[in-house]
Parts: sequence; C-alpha cells; structure tokens
Amino acid sequence: MCTYATATLAVRGNAKGGEEWDRVRDASVYLDHPVSFPATHSLNIDLFSGTSTAPERRVALELDPRSARALALAIIEMIDSAPPGILEEFEGDLEV
Amino acid sequence: MGDPVVITEEILFPGAGGDWIKGFYARPASRSSHGSVVVIHHMPGYDEATKEIAFRFARHGYAALMPNLYHREAPNASPDDASAIARSRGGVPDDRLVGDVGGARTFLINQPGSNGKSGVIGYCSGGRQAFLSACSLPFDAVVDCYGAFVIRQPPAEHPLKVTPVVSKAKDLACPVLGLFGADDRFPAPDEVAELDAELTRLGKEHDFHSYDGAGHAFFNTGAPSYRPEAAKDGWSKIFAFFEKQLS
Repeated sequence: MCTYATATLAVRGNAKGGEEWDRVRDASVYLDHPVSFPATHSLNIDLFSGTSTAPERRVALELDPRSARALALAIIEMIDSAPPGILEEFEGDLEV
Repeated sequence: MGDPVVITEEILFPGAGGDWIKGFYARPASRSSHGSVVVIHHMPGYDEATKEIAFRFARHGYAALMPNLYHREAPNASPDDASAIARSRGGVPDDRLVGDVGGARTFLINQPGSNGKSGVIGYCSGGRQAFLSACSLPFDAVVDCYGAFVIRQPPAEHPLKVTPVVSKAKDLACPVLGLFGADDRFPAPDEVAELDAELTRLGKEHDFHSYDGAGHAFFNTGAPSYRPEAAKDGWSKIFAFFEKQLS
C-alpha cells in the first residue's frame, strides 16, 4: 500500500551527501515505499538543502522502522540529557 | 511474427497550462495503425520500472507515453530525488495531473498511424490518477492498478493533496479494468467492493479482479511485493482489455 502519509518540517543544520556539506532547511518524514532499501515499506527521511540553484540536493535515509524508532529514541535521550548550557546556543527561529 | 522493433525516446510535450514537460515515449517502429496508452507512474516517480512498462506496451503494438509528473518540481533530478521533492511540496495537484495526462493523450493520438483510440493505465497513486483522468478526458479504456483513495478519504492528518474521486465517476465514459491485491489495505478489499458497487449502480462498464496472495504493487518486479502469478495474469487481462477497446 501507498500510505502517502508525510510529515514535513523546517530544520536547521548541515548534512553531508557525497563529498559536500549542505545547509539543510526542510525535512520530510514518511513511512512508505523505499526506492533502494529491500523492503515493501520503510521509515524514510529526506533532508533538503533547498537552494534555488540546486533544489534537488537531498540527503536521504530509508530505515527499517524499528531502527528508525531506536534512532529517534537515542536522539531524544541524547538531547534530553545534554549538560546545562549546551542547548542555549540554539534558541530562536529555525529559519536562520 | 517476429519481435517488433521498438523506438524509445525522451520527448518534451505540452502538458497542463501549456507547460512543456518531459515524457518517456515508446512506440513500434512501424507506423501502422495502432492504439495509444498513457502510462501514469507510481509515487516513486518517472523511474526505470515504469519506463519498462511503457516499453512493454510498445512491444505489444501500442504507442505509449509516460509523462514525468514531477518535471516542474525537479526537471533534471533523478526519479527518487524528484519524487522526494514533489512529496515535500504536497504531491501533484489533480488539475495539473489531468492537464498533463490530457497533453500526453493529445500528443499520442496526433502521431502518424494512431487509430485515434487511447487508454490510460496507472499503478499505485497512478491508479487513482488514471481513474480521475478517465472521468475527465475522452479515453476509450482505463486500467486502475490498486489505486487507493478513489472512494475513501485519506487519514485526517494526511498532508498530500489526495481526495476521493468517486464523485466524478458519473462522468466516466469508458470501460474500467481494475486489478487489486486481496491483501492490500489501501485499497482494502471492502473499498474495492464499494467502488465496484458504485460503478454498477451508475451503470458503468467495469471488470474488477482481486488476486489472493497478493498485496499492493504486485506488478512491481523491483520490489518484494512482486507476485509473479498475479502479475502474469494481470498483464494478460490488460492486453486483452486494450485489444478489445483500443483496436
């Protein structure tokens, strides 16, 4: 089945695909058919650089949903246990 | 009879709003009288698997054109990147889809040797789009391969521009061949049965088949969902249907 279900969000950071690092601005998260991973469905993450000159630049993940959940939990746990002061660098608008 | 010579090429043709978009065009080298088929790709886009489907129609004597529905979002991107970009922007609007499919049909039926007959086939999201196209354009045949959200609303949190199209079925002017997997959830068997009943109620000619042991995307040879027996039978039904409707 095609779930079509997609979450889109603004993000702020850099991502590397191949030799180059890119500033990423938008992300999609969806549980749908993968293009490359050998499964019927996967948890897919796209990070887009979104530059006007290269709109197709993307860093993509297609994960076993269990791996994606473990990854998400590890990310949240890591951020929630950040030492005092570390997250203060990242206040304000994501659209920077 | 020998294997026919087939010519494939990427072309530009006018789609919705007169925009020139890319399409994969496959046709028999012979310009003898032939029917035409517009092939609508699945959500993963204008990819090799769907180009091979267009090629297959050409080998069977049809001229086929698959529009790149994501051409506007990313004309030079690889199919997977273009699909990701289109998804992030909400998918393909229905009115643009109908314009692009209509442009493909117009291109095909105006080529030398066209017998004026045209069909449309779509897979997955393209199944719904094929159904929508046949409700809006003067096709002679439509094949819906496991298109979801033809009759039901997608989940409320759904961000893509996908809405049921069954309300347009009264305008359907050609027979429908529907091929589904009994294990599919979108569309689930009860949704297929509901569409079947609605087309019967409207007096629309249709022929639906659901394959046991098959789920979604059973035609897709590049995915674990591929079910060779269902696909083989489905292809034979498609060719018999087009032989009858497009000759």
